[in-house]
Amino acid sequence: MNANIRAAAFCAFSAVLALGLAACGEKPQASVYQEGKYQGKPDARPWDNPRYKGDKLAWEKDIKARNAGQNEYARQGQ
Amino acid sequence: MARMKFLCDAERCIECNGCVTACKNEHEVPWGVNRRRVVTINDGVPGEKSISVACMHCSDAPCEAVCPVNCIYHNDEGVVLHDKDMCIGCGYCFYACPFGAPQFPQEGAFGMRGKMDKCTFCAGGPEADFSQAEFEKYGRNRIAEGKLPACAEMCSTKALLGGDGDVIADIFRNRVTVRGKGAEVWGWTTAYGRPESKGQSATPQQEKKS
Repeated sequence: MNANIRAAAFCAFSAVLALGLAACGEKPQASVYQEGKYQGKPDARPWDNPRYKGDKLAWEKDIKARNAGQNEYARQGQ
Repeated sequence: MARMKFLCDAERCIECNGCVTACKNEHEVPWGVNRRRVVTINDGVPGEKSISVACMHCSDAPCEAVCPVNCIYHNDEGVVLHDKDMCIGCGYCFYACPFGAPQFPQEGAFGMRGKMDKCTFCAGGPEADFSQAEFEKYGRNRIAEGKLPACAEMCSTKALLGGDGDVIADIFRNRVTVRGKGAEVWGWTTAYGRPESKGQSATPQQEKKS
């Protein structure tokens, strides 16, 4: 009987301890604002993705081709 | 690579709203939010002019200046983007924007103002490229796919140009030279600054008045 009470008390104590320490792992949720500076998440460069694999020149080449494609005067002779 | 810009040629825009539809479809923009719209001046009157308007990705963006939580930023290509996780939906950016670009979806039972939504130049936002989170918050990231904004690329009359500012300015300059008219681009000086030298006016209309 005594052992049962002791076990129950140990379980209750463990639960209280676990709940009490749960907040210790909490990350700070409030942002520290610096005036005039972007405070959000950083953004990746457009060529840093699985498609271009960091190849900036390939990305620029594709964008330049798309830019030029908007000029129908240049396309007429093609 | 120069800065990414939009340029709408009022001489060519036929108010088809194809750009608006393309944007809505590409990014699955919710009901009540219009990242792009077509404005017609003197509607129904001979000589009416239409222009497609969205975020102009200003070099000195007023929305970025007034944002109280600093969630708006320029990326390296000059595109104005924002972090929706930080946005508090205050609406200051809407009051500051000369083009009415920031949009606010209605959320909740009492029509509360949600987080700001605006044109991203099809460049997504601060989430992993091509991720579901990026698509749901900001729409498709065409720039990371090596493409230009859907609205400009599908414009049937090529009135709406989007891309490297130097290149589209050259395309437009060539166009004006060939047709011999229509050098006035609505919104250009507002978005990209006025000539600083003295004696040089901002628009041809002002030139005529002075």
